[in-house]
Amino acid sequence: MFLLLIGYLVYINVFKADELRSNPNNTKKDSSSSNIIRGSIVTEDGVVLATTNIDGDGRETRSYPYENIFAHVIGYASNGKSGLEAEENYELLTSHSSLLSQLRKNDDGEKVQGDSVVVTLDSRLQQTAYYALGSYRGAVVAMEPDTGKILAMVSKPDFNPNTISQEWESMVSDDSSSALLNRATQGLYPPGSTFKMITSLAYLREHPSDYDQFSWDCQGSLTQNEVTITCYNGEWHGQESLRSAFANSCNTAFAGIGLELDNKILRKAAEDFLFNSSLPTGMPHSRSIFSLDKDSSVGEQMTTAIGQGDTLVTPLHMALITSTIANGGVMMRPYYVDHIETYDGDMVTQNDPSVYKKILTPDEAGVLTAYMESTVSSGTAYALYGNGYSCAGKTGSAEYTRDGVTGTHSWFCGFADVEEPDIVVAVIAEDGGTGSSTAVPIAKQIFDAYYYG
Amino acid sequence: MSLSNLTGLVHTLTTAAQYLIIALMLVYTIQSYTVFRRSGPEARERVFLRQNLSMFAIHFLAFASMFLNTMQFDILIFYGAQVIYLLFTLVLFRNLYPRASRSLINNMCMLETVGFIMLTRLSYDLSIRQFQIACAGTAIAVLIPFIVRKLHVLTRMTWAYVFVGIGLLGLVMVAARSTNGAKLAITVAGFSFQPSEFVKIIFVFAVAGLLSEEHSFRRVVIATVLAAVHVLILVRSTDLGSALIFFLAYLVMLFVATRNPYLVLMGILAGAAAAVAAYFLFAHVRVRVQIWQDPFKDYTGTGYQICQSLFAIVAGGWVGTGLGQGSPGAIPYVQEDFMFSAILEELGGIFGICLILVCMSVFIMVVNVAMQLRNRFYRLAAIGLGSMYAIQVFLTIGGGIKLIPMTGVTLPLVSYGGSSVLSTLAMFAIVQGLYMLRSDEVRENAPEKRFIQQRPGPDQTGRAQ
Repeated sequence: MFLLLIGYLVYINVFKADELRSNPNNTKKDSSSSNIIRGSIVTEDGVVLATTNIDGDGRETRSYPYENIFAHVIGYASNGKSGLEAEENYELLTSHSSLLSQLRKNDDGEKVQGDSVVVTLDSRLQQTAYYALGSYRGAVVAMEPDTGKILAMVSKPDFNPNTISQEWESMVSDDSSSALLNRATQGLYPPGSTFKMITSLAYLREHPSDYDQFSWDCQGSLTQNEVTITCYNGEWHGQESLRSAFANSCNTAFAGIGLELDNKILRKAAEDFLFNSSLPTGMPHSRSIFSLDKDSSVGEQMTTAIGQGDTLVTPLHMALITSTIANGGVMMRPYYVDHIETYDGDMVTQNDPSVYKKILTPDEAGVLTAYMESTVSSGTAYALYGNGYSCAGKTGSAEYTRDGVTGTHSWFCGFADVEEPDIVVAVIAEDGGTGSSTAVPIAKQIFDAYYYG
Repeated sequence: MSLSNLTGLVHTLTTAAQYLIIALMLVYTIQSYTVFRRSGPEARERVFLRQNLSMFAIHFLAFASMFLNTMQFDILIFYGAQVIYLLFTLVLFRNLYPRASRSLINNMCMLETVGFIMLTRLSYDLSIRQFQIACAGTAIAVLIPFIVRKLHVLTRMTWAYVFVGIGLLGLVMVAARSTNGAKLAITVAGFSFQPSEFVKIIFVFAVAGLLSEEHSFRRVVIATVLAAVHVLILVRSTDLGSALIFFLAYLVMLFVATRNPYLVLMGILAGAAAAVAAYFLFAHVRVRVQIWQDPFKDYTGTGYQICQSLFAIVAGGWVGTGLGQGSPGAIPYVQEDFMFSAILEELGGIFGICLILVCMSVFIMVVNVAMQLRNRFYRLAAIGLGSMYAIQVFLTIGGGIKLIPMTGVTLPLVSYGGSSVLSTLAMFAIVQGLYMLRSDEVRENAPEKRFIQQRPGPDQTGRAQ
């Protein structure tokens, strides 16, 4: 009985401590602000994203040199905390600088400088993504598929963390824009046609030997049990293989696949990709939702297969799915803190890339990659073709109805280079129309910036 | 030296004191176990003395850091009074009862010391009150071993215990004002006290009386019904922590008396059924369970206390923030119900684990005493008191670290609470009395057997019909 108490106490201290320390309600560490100066948040190449300045009177102000650009991912540290300021609060207010120098500072009555959080974000790419998204609401996530490092994470509408205290009242009272929400990790959107990556995977798994025999004659619409699915903009694709149906983002063909597919297989494919689960990351995020099951109606089967229906996904999750395909089927844990170091540069803790799970066989990943390549070479993402880097991806035009008004979110998820993937980009522009018209050009700017600076 | 330099120096000294305190606590804890392995009385004596030294050193370091951080001279005077009290207790017990268990006295004083330190840190006024009660309690407790040893009539007052126990609990149910949803205390002549703390001891004696003479089916039923009355009155007063302590202690005693595992199994099943019923019947039980499952769900409301407790625990980590450096005051009712979390925050996880081990050593000592007693009444009483103690420690610490749902009981001798301190001191004193009875028995049963048979010793009275 007593040993149980001791055991649990050890358990809390070993396994639960980080989670509890970074709980946004935990204000314990704030008290140590009285003898520690909050550490800085910097990129690997030394660009300062957040730092504490001290004026002549010893007053401390937190400053964010890039203002709105990193607003959500870095977060804020007044009026509560968010983003990295919240997650790494404990680290920022802890000093691992040598005991001697701490004691010396203490003896001089000076404050000790807290540790620095070094992030994987690329300040240049983040800026490109921020400006590329322009005035659209939505999110951009860029990451390395083989490491899981997040290179850019943008969410709009945004805010200026430098002036958040002054603007707090108006921001909190404005429900319509929810500018404080990090849409990249917590915004739940219908995936639209980007979900066809998963529907295709389910089809591959149900027809491992003859999926390339698939043939469909697209008549522009498909009606079953009074539910009609049409291709976008009244297009009429005619005779298609699975590959061309994917490249054309043909809704009728995929609705037909949805009718034929065993719902269990589609559900398994979605859940393999972590729908209805938490993602393997410490970042606070929403769970994506997939609700099709064996009792679902024919209409739900068709709409779910084309990424409408009740399915909802976060941009981070879409990036992670794409990243898994790019990485030969192996999902890496996404992370954006590279390491913690003391203010004078001594390493404290290092986060290394780590494999979460093998989700796809290399063959499955290869086929999906080939289909995504066709989307670029001859399909809806043609704008990304022939730019000096090879690219593979999937567009989406996700229709939604809110308060009786319908609109279309513009999606793109893809990666470059096809042979040796360097970077994955997921873009969603709210009310941006088709994927081709808005999200693809935004992604192109990011790919261009990555390869050409 | 400028003021800021001084602050820095104080900080450095406090940190050093913190590590020393942890080291000393480790030494103390290890000694409270290794002492059982020492054979010679001189060797044991040396260990006991070293334990006392560690305790006074911890006491000194803690008060020195608190003084340096607050610069209040009252603290120094209070410190002096505590040293006198502790010395007095140690010396008094040793001289009045040379055959008393030193290990138990040392642990009692150690737990009190930790309590004094943390209470002074949390609330100076409360700690003075607690100290006064401890002094008064010790004065009474000093007489108890004598009474236990000499007044064998104590073993034959079963029904008096039953009536007083149920009467007191009933009085609380009817007359007590409700604090935070639980009816705990009644006020007599300006003093507020919690009868359930004292009924714990009376209850153990009552059950010991009921089950020691015989354990026929009829007896077991009577005892169980009477125990159930106690428990139900406590449930009715919504003092669920005490109800659970009484219930579990009864099961342990029932098992030791009858050696019948089926009875205990039935008891556990009945208890489980009652717990499920309570969950559906009482909203506050449901709330407690929900908080336990996910305290963050209602962070600003019902879950606040336990969340703050968890934050305190991880803020402390292994070595603690140092006395006065944390913010355990953020936990509501920290002095009564979350003392252990406050200790974890400021003195650290290692110190906390040592404290649990010290509590465990107390329990082991009590069980040891029980096992060596021949008289069934005394043996059952010792087992009952020991299990009450262990269950209470488990409930309060387990609740604070979210291993089990919160029940709101005190950590004996460490938490704030006059009645709790008094009854725990009495419990320690009773066990001391029993410990000495044990050595009396050993001696009486040794060579002069004939002599004993002529004299109605405790052994005989226990077996009387």
